[in-house]
Amino acid sequence: MSDKRGWTDHPLVQLTRVRYREFFREPEAVFWVFIFPVLLTAGLGIAFRNRAPERTVVAVVTEQPAGGRVADLLRHEDALDVMLLSDTAAKEGLRTGEVALVVVPQRGRSLEYRYDDTRPESRTARLLVDDALQRASGRRDRVAVEDRLVREPGARYIDFLVPGLLGMNLMGSGIWGLGFAIVDARKKRLLKRLIATPMSRIQYLASFALSRLTLLFMEVGLLLGFAILVFGVPLRGSLPLLVIICLLSSLSFASLGLLIASRAQTMEGASGLMNLVMLPMWIFSGVFFSASRFPDAIQPFIQVLPLTAVIDALRANILRGAGWQTLAPELTIILLWMTGSFFLALKLFRWR
Amino acid sequence: MRTSQEAIALQVRNLRKAYPDVVAVDGLDLEVYSGECFGLLGPNGAGKTTTIEICEGLNTPDSGEVLVLGRRWGQDDRALRELLGISLQETQFSEKLTVAETLQLFRSFYRVGPDPTDVIAMVQLQEKAGSRVGQLSGGQKQRLALACALVGDPELLFLDEPTTGLDPQSRRQLWDLIEAFKSDGRSILLTTHYMDEAERLCDRVAIVDHGRTIALGTPRELISRLRAEHVLEFALAEDQVVDEDPLRRIDGVCAADRRNGTYRLQVGELHRAMPALLHELRRQGVQLAELRTHSATLEDVFVSLTGRNLRDE
Repeated sequence: MSDKRGWTDHPLVQLTRVRYREFFREPEAVFWVFIFPVLLTAGLGIAFRNRAPERTVVAVVTEQPAGGRVADLLRHEDALDVMLLSDTAAKEGLRTGEVALVVVPQRGRSLEYRYDDTRPESRTARLLVDDALQRASGRRDRVAVEDRLVREPGARYIDFLVPGLLGMNLMGSGIWGLGFAIVDARKKRLLKRLIATPMSRIQYLASFALSRLTLLFMEVGLLLGFAILVFGVPLRGSLPLLVIICLLSSLSFASLGLLIASRAQTMEGASGLMNLVMLPMWIFSGVFFSASRFPDAIQPFIQVLPLTAVIDALRANILRGAGWQTLAPELTIILLWMTGSFFLALKLFRWR
Repeated sequence: MRTSQEAIALQVRNLRKAYPDVVAVDGLDLEVYSGECFGLLGPNGAGKTTTIEICEGLNTPDSGEVLVLGRRWGQDDRALRELLGISLQETQFSEKLTVAETLQLFRSFYRVGPDPTDVIAMVQLQEKAGSRVGQLSGGQKQRLALACALVGDPELLFLDEPTTGLDPQSRRQLWDLIEAFKSDGRSILLTTHYMDEAERLCDRVAIVDHGRTIALGTPRELISRLRAEHVLEFALAEDQVVDEDPLRRIDGVCAADRRNGTYRLQVGELHRAMPALLHELRRQGVQLAELRTHSATLEDVFVSLTGRNLRDE
């Protein structure tokens, strides 16, 4: 008989250690939670890195005698790549998108621009070409202007992307981490075996929260550290606020995972439910592009999704340095999801 | 027979539990005395698991009374759970934990109890203490389940089919462990559909069928109620049949019946019945294809009460 028990023999400590052991002894889980987000960040960061300004390709039609002269004038512009093409070749180039704009000199001194006004580079070409030709024809600017180029971190795609990936990762590890572990234990009748002991059910659930919170620091630290060191993503907000956003987000998604797992008897059922819950958020919550691109009609729905609130709060904190007051609406949404799903989960939870 | 046993570890009266499609327990009574090993013996679907899970407080009865160590479920369940050791049918422990880690976890739930390493030694898993649960054999997993049931130093142990699916050697090993626990003077309720297991381990058994107790007593009492110590079984060559009535009149034969082409006689005195049987078969002009005898077992008690085998579906 041994009654002398150290702190490591406390059931909460034991249960939490079980959570760690189960996680770190599953190499796949470690890969998806820690390595995959970093690889994704690296890949997307490289793919969408800022490059030297690209030259826009324009074509001048050779059928008209003025073609050669117009092309010579345009060749003085650095931002333009000028080609002399036959009328049919120019049309083909416009159709395939290799050419942004076609200049067709007309009789007299007039010109015709052929371009697709829904293509941004065509509109840019229109402005550049027109400006060059008008100035060459003697137009004088009336306002003196000076260009100063600003290429600052914080406005690049990678800066926009990192908070999105962070939010997505918090959601995935919260919902999957909790959901699968609980459904697995229920399916194996381990949950039933545990409640046949004097174990406190609250401590069992608390062990999930505790292990989530500690794993969270590693997850977030790794991804953010990588983004800061490799891509120079700025951290403009207060660090304590960032920590609190991450803690609340993680607990909120963990509660959602608990709710999803509260009744599911099989892995298939649980995984279907998880995808059903997460899919709208992957699409609408603005992980890879801004959620404001969706129509106004569905914006209210998008704004109440927990992942939207999490990503908005992370972006505001990391990129714009927003403080408590600015983030109050997002934090409220996150808190509501957390408490709502937690209490509903407790009501529905099946231990057998 | 048990006059010295006054204390009752578990009392169940008129227990009923119905599911939408089946009445699992239909007015079941049983009493487990302190220090005895009591067996619920019955075929699959007899209501054994429902009964034991109600006793364990994991399931609720529709009606009836359950007193576990003198207490009712729903009052101070946590305190009651401290006193019970439970091994469920088909629990899978976390495969990623080691044997020692699993026992440390279960030990942490109880206020008092032996050291996990002592329990590991008790169930002879010392060499496997550092192995992952996923790498254990079926018998080792069942011993781990028993260890998890013992780690809180229970007064009353519930074992639901502790040896189902194990090879004979593992079963015998588990029986030795259960017997060792029993000799400490603690009480056990176990369910099984193996009559040899019940005969070997149980002081008393209740034979359960369709949610009711159909016989109750020590294994020896139940067998002696057959009034026949032996069972004689024979089969005939090809499609031959024999008239059963003359068989029943043979001196020393208590009962005779035929199932699936096998004739079965309950026999008090084998040495007198056997020659008479052979004589009778020769008289009827039939040829034996098979002839067996064995000492009567609980299985024979079950067959004589229900007309079915224990392991028939």
